[in-house]
Formats: sequence, C-alpha cells, structure tokens
Amino acid sequence: MSLMAEVGQKAFNLGVPLAVHLDVTYRCNERCVHCYLDHDDHGEMTTAEIKDVLDQLAAAGVFFLTFSGGEVFLRRDFFELVEHARRLSFNVKIKTNAVMIDEADAKRLRALNIDTVQISLYSHRAEVHDAITKLPHSFGRTVKAIEFLRDQGLRVTIANVLMTANLSDHYGTQKLAAELGVHYTLDPTITPMMDGDTGVLGLRIPGTELEEVFRNPALVGNQEEFCAPPKPPTDEDMEGYSCSAGHSFCYISPYGDVFPCVQFPLPTGNVREQKFLDIWNFSPQMNEVRSIQARDLTTCSSCSHVASCTRCPGLAYMEGNMRGPSTADCEKSFYRTGVPTANMLRLGLEKPQSAARAGQLIQIQAAAV
Amino acid sequence: MHVFARRGEEREPPMSETYIARSPAVAARMLAGEMMVMNSENSTFFTLNEVATAIWQAADGHTPLREIVRNHICEKFEVTLEQALADADRFVADLVEHGILLVSERPITLEPIQ
Repeated sequence: MSLMAEVGQKAFNLGVPLAVHLDVTYRCNERCVHCYLDHDDHGEMTTAEIKDVLDQLAAAGVFFLTFSGGEVFLRRDFFELVEHARRLSFNVKIKTNAVMIDEADAKRLRALNIDTVQISLYSHRAEVHDAITKLPHSFGRTVKAIEFLRDQGLRVTIANVLMTANLSDHYGTQKLAAELGVHYTLDPTITPMMDGDTGVLGLRIPGTELEEVFRNPALVGNQEEFCAPPKPPTDEDMEGYSCSAGHSFCYISPYGDVFPCVQFPLPTGNVREQKFLDIWNFSPQMNEVRSIQARDLTTCSSCSHVASCTRCPGLAYMEGNMRGPSTADCEKSFYRTGVPTANMLRLGLEKPQSAARAGQLIQIQAAAV
Repeated sequence: MHVFARRGEEREPPMSETYIARSPAVAARMLAGEMMVMNSENSTFFTLNEVATAIWQAADGHTPLREIVRNHICEKFEVTLEQALADADRFVADLVEHGILLVSERPITLEPIQ
C-alpha cells in the first residue's frame, strides 16, 4: 500500500474529513448539454462566509481541497479565496472550463502553488466541443488556457466526460492531451439534473460502447486484470464500505449545504446554520451513510460483483435507495466483465436496464436564501 | 516516504547557525499526531513522525535550528543536544532535497501569500 493510500485509510478509520469538494458557484459561462446544475444564483456564500468555512475545514483536518462549480472564475473573489486556502496550507485542486484564464492568471495560480488544474474538454474537434458547451470559440479559449497553465509548469488534467455527443472522440482527445503535454482522464458518468430531471441521462453512452472503453489499455491499464471476472467476496469484503463519501470526504454547495459527496444529494446540514464539525460528526444522515457495509446492501450483497463493483451510493440514492443498486454501475460491472449482476438477474434481464430509464430521481435540496 | 528523526552518533556541534523555513510550495496538515506534507511541484508526499513534526512546526525561518532542537526536542524526547542535532541535520537535508524545507545560514524571510 502506498503512503498516500495508508494515510487515506487512516483518515477513513478515524473519520477525519481528509478531502472536501467545495463548489463556490453554480453560475457558468457555458451551457453544457449534459450539465446537472441550476446555473441561477440562489444566494451564494459571501467571501467572508467561505473564508470562515475554509478556516473550519482546516481545523477539522481537511488536507485536499477542490474548488469547483459552476465556473469558479466567475466569482470576482476567486483568487482571494484560493489565497486564503493556500495560507491555510490546503493542497488545492481547481476544476474549471478555463475559458477565462489568461497568461497573467496562469502565473498567479503558479505562484499560489496549486496542485492541479482540471479542465473540462470534450473533444479534439472545436465544432464538437463548442456544440456541447454551447459557447462559441470555447474550444480555442480552453486549449489556449491549457497552454498558459502548462507553460507555467502547473499540473493540468483534461477531464473528458464521455456522452453520445462525443462518443467517437475520446481517442483524439487523449492524443491532443498528449500533444499538449498534460494528463487525461475520461469519465462516462452522466449525472441526473439537480431538480430530479433524468432527461440528460439520454446522453449516457450505450453500454455496448462501454465495452470498448473498458478494453482501451491507455485508459484502464492492465485490461486483463481490469476486465477479469469478479472474485468471490471475502468476509472482509462484506464488512467493507462503498467509498469515502461521508467517511473521509464530503461536498459543500455554494449555498453552504453539506452532502456526503458531490454525487450524493442527501442533505446533512448547512454551514450557515451549524459548525462544519457538528454536521460532520453528528448529522444523523451522515452517520447513516457511514454505517452502511456491503453486507447491508439490498440486492448487491448477494451480487458476484459486490467486492469489485464501483457502486456509487449517491447514484443509488438518486434511484431511490442508498442501499440499493446503482444502475449505471451495474452496467459498468456487466460490460467490464461480461458477468450479469444480481440486479439484472433479479429483473430477468439479459443486458442491464439502461440507467436512462431508471425511475424518478430524488431532487437535491439546496437551501433557499 | 516516511521521514524519521533517527538517533545518530555524537559529534561536535556546527560552528555556524542554520535557519530553516517551511517551503511556501507545500501543503501540510496534522493527522493523528503526524504531519502530512506534500510538495505540489514534484508531488512528493511525506508523513513526519512526532519529532520531525515538532521541528517542522518550529521552522519559522528566524529561529536557529540549534535553538529549535534544544527547545522542542531535547527535553521532550530526552536526548542530548548533539544527538538530536545530528538527527535534525539529516532530517533537514532530506526535506531540503525534496523542496519541503528551505535552509540558510541566515534568517529566512518569506513573502506572505498575497
């Protein structure tokens, strides 16, 4: 186990919030076709409120801090927030579409010793990228910003969300990342809208296409190992937990709402009303999330994939039961290994039910101000 | 990589003073009594044991290393100044090599994060 993994396990065991994802705004200058956010401002936290939250997070032991949105650079105080975070010695990662970043901004980010800037790029073709973002010339501006940041010596990662609109472009985008000298990640997950609308799930790539993604060694490493049939679960596997959500990780919205994860819209408290640590330690919802072991899962506890599935409890929650299956992950497990999941067998399906046809999803409950 | 302040051989104390400061490039946080330190420039990640953490926390750029060791290490951990200094020298050299600490024979003043 690497030292980083050891530290992560220690934080998990101790219940220390090692990493927090903080969205500082939901406003955005792009209108991506797959985006799950409501971009209107319903009362974002002020500069002073966010600085106070950062102080609390540092005191709580948070080490890895991700600033995201919306588009973070739409906040006029964004650099002030990053400076405050660096003064508090956080390891800072920024997620952005980068269209507002010029050379001076890149230098400023370098001077602040940002760990990573993750940038959304959907294609190596301008017309495809711009059609997804609905912002003309966004491709050129984003690529230019990537070059500015790279030239400053910053670590840049291109994040490529894969959907029907850019299905055939991930090889080209990966090649572009290599040409630019930056890292590349691919994510085939499309998340339902915050208001529960599942319309965007129609953009999820067909399961059969997942098979191809899972057999690309450049993306998955050792393909034989990655696609191997699941091993029978051990007792230790059955006592295990799904992920770090609520254990050593959580998400805070621009309105101060605290959730177990950015993909887990279960309200647990609001930092405008309570101290962060009171929510983290004593929220009944947070404690419920962290109590769920593999053996407690309905359907999944009897699934052959239980020990290796990437089951997301947040997506399962949005399908109606945080202890239930996440259809999107059932799809991934099936197309990765070819072995049917317990959920498929229960429903008498030869192929996974499309996540796009899952039931009405639970609505995120952001605090109205 | 773990960094420990190991007990070393006795030796003569150095003639000149050594000043150490935490690099502004790093992120750091305490977890269960151990300091996690990460340098974003080269992605090096350390955890410091209790002794190393005490030196790290006192590395303000203005307090001589000898004084840090005397005030924060010798009494608390019951080691002689010479022993502790030898260990501290190795610890400092290791962290300087990885860009985690800055070292100078003169006091170090860092620009505050603007």
